[in-house]
Amino acid sequence: MSPNPSARASVSVYTSFLIAILLAVMPLPLWAEPFRPDWVGLVLIYWCMAAPERVGVGTGWAAGLILDLLYGSLLGLHALGKALVAFLAIKLHLKLRMFPRWQQAVAVMALLLLNQLLVVWIRGMLGKAPAGISYWTPSVVGMVIWPWLFVILRDVRRRFKVA
Amino acid sequence: MINVYGWTLRAPTVVTRLVLATAVSVTLMVADHKGHHLERIRGALTVVVAPLQWLASVPAAIGAGTLGFFTDKRTLEQTNARLREEQALLHARLQQFESLEQENTRLRQMLGSATRVAERALAAELIEISQEPFTRKILIAKGEDSGAYLGQPVIDAHGIMGQVTQLYTSQSRVTLITDPGHAVPVLVNRNGLRALVFGTGNPDLLSVPYLTAAADIREGDLLVSSGMGGTFPAGYPVATVTKIVDDRNEAFLVVTARPVAKLNHSKQVLLVWPGAGTTKAAGAK
Repeated sequence: MSPNPSARASVSVYTSFLIAILLAVMPLPLWAEPFRPDWVGLVLIYWCMAAPERVGVGTGWAAGLILDLLYGSLLGLHALGKALVAFLAIKLHLKLRMFPRWQQAVAVMALLLLNQLLVVWIRGMLGKAPAGISYWTPSVVGMVIWPWLFVILRDVRRRFKVA
Repeated sequence: MINVYGWTLRAPTVVTRLVLATAVSVTLMVADHKGHHLERIRGALTVVVAPLQWLASVPAAIGAGTLGFFTDKRTLEQTNARLREEQALLHARLQQFESLEQENTRLRQMLGSATRVAERALAAELIEISQEPFTRKILIAKGEDSGAYLGQPVIDAHGIMGQVTQLYTSQSRVTLITDPGHAVPVLVNRNGLRALVFGTGNPDLLSVPYLTAAADIREGDLLVSSGMGGTFPAGYPVATVTKIVDDRNEAFLVVTARPVAKLNHSKQVLLVWPGAGTTKAAGAK
C-alpha cells in the first residue's frame, strides 16, 4: 500500500466499493435472492454522507455502470439510479450525520426505495416491470443491516483517515 | 476555481453533476434499447469487468467443489445406476422416435403437406446466471464465432429455455422465458388453442393472459411452441398449466403455468438453428 495517506484513503474507499460490487453479483440460491440488500447503494450512501468531498454523483454513476455491465441490464439503468442516490445522500449528508442511528436507517431505506422505484419505472416503460412484493424486500433488508454496516465502514474510515 | 485565459472555471456543483449523469444515462439507455449500436462497446467493456464476474463466482465454485469432493461412494453409485436406467429408457424411446419420425414423414408426404425441417443444434456451457434482481438471464459459452445470432432459441433436454438477446464474440446472454420482459407464442397441445406465455420474474411461474372463460384450457395441459413469430421452432414443450382461476369480475382467466425446461438446473443448454438441415456443418453461419 502506498505510504501517501490520501492515496491510502482512496484505496480503502475503492476497495469497499469493489467488495460491495462482488457481493452484489455473487451467485446466491434462489430463495435468498430477495434478501440480498443493495450493497453498492448502502456503501455509496455511507461514503456520500461521511466523505462528500471524495465520493459523489460521479462515483455512484460509475459503480452503477459496472453493475449494468455485470448484470447485462440496460446500459445506464443502474448508473442513473446510483447517481440519484448519491445526489440525495450528498444533499442530505449534514442531516443524515445528525440523525440517531435508527432514523438514519429509515432514511437510508427511503433512498434505496427511491432508487428501486426509478429502476422499476424505467423497466415498466419498456414493458419489463417485475411483479410482486418481494421486489421491494432488498431495501428493507438494507435498513436492517445499515447500523452494522455503518459501524464497519466508520472503523474503515477512522483507520485509513478518510475525510 | 481555476483561471484559464480570463475564464473562471468552477468545479461543477452537485446539481450539475446529477444533470450530467442523467443526460449520459438516458442517452446510453436509449441507444441501448433502440438498436444494437452499443453491442460492440458493451462487449469490450464486459471483457474488462469479466475478472469481477469470475471473482464473484469463486466462493460458490469452491462450495460446489468441496461438496462434490465429499460426495460419498454410495451416492455416486446410486446416481450412476439411475443414469444407466434413464439412458436405457431414453434409448428405447429414441428407437421408437426414429421409426415414428419416418412414419410421420411418409404420412406428411401422402398428405402433400410440407415436411418439418430438421433443426441443427449446438451444446453450450452455462457460465453464469445473472444476479440482477428479478430478471432471468443466463450467460452461455457460445457466441458470434459459433454462429449464434440475436433471437436464437435456446432449449434444454426438456423444453424451451429462452432466446439469445445479447451477443458477444464467444459468449451470449440468454433471456429466459421466465423473465418479465419475455413472451412465447404457444398452442395447447391437446386442442391447438393459441395463447401467449409471459414470464413473471418468478423462477418457476409463467402467466398465460388474454384467455376468456370460454377458452378450452385445463390444469395439466401441455403448452408447446406454435412457431408463430418465427423466433421459436414449432412443437417444443414450453410449460404445463398449473392453476386456472376464473374470477367473474375479470375479463380474462388468470392462468399460471410452470416451465417444462429445467431452467434452474441445466448446466448444458442447446442453441438451435431452426430450419437448418442436420447435414450442414456445425459452426457455419
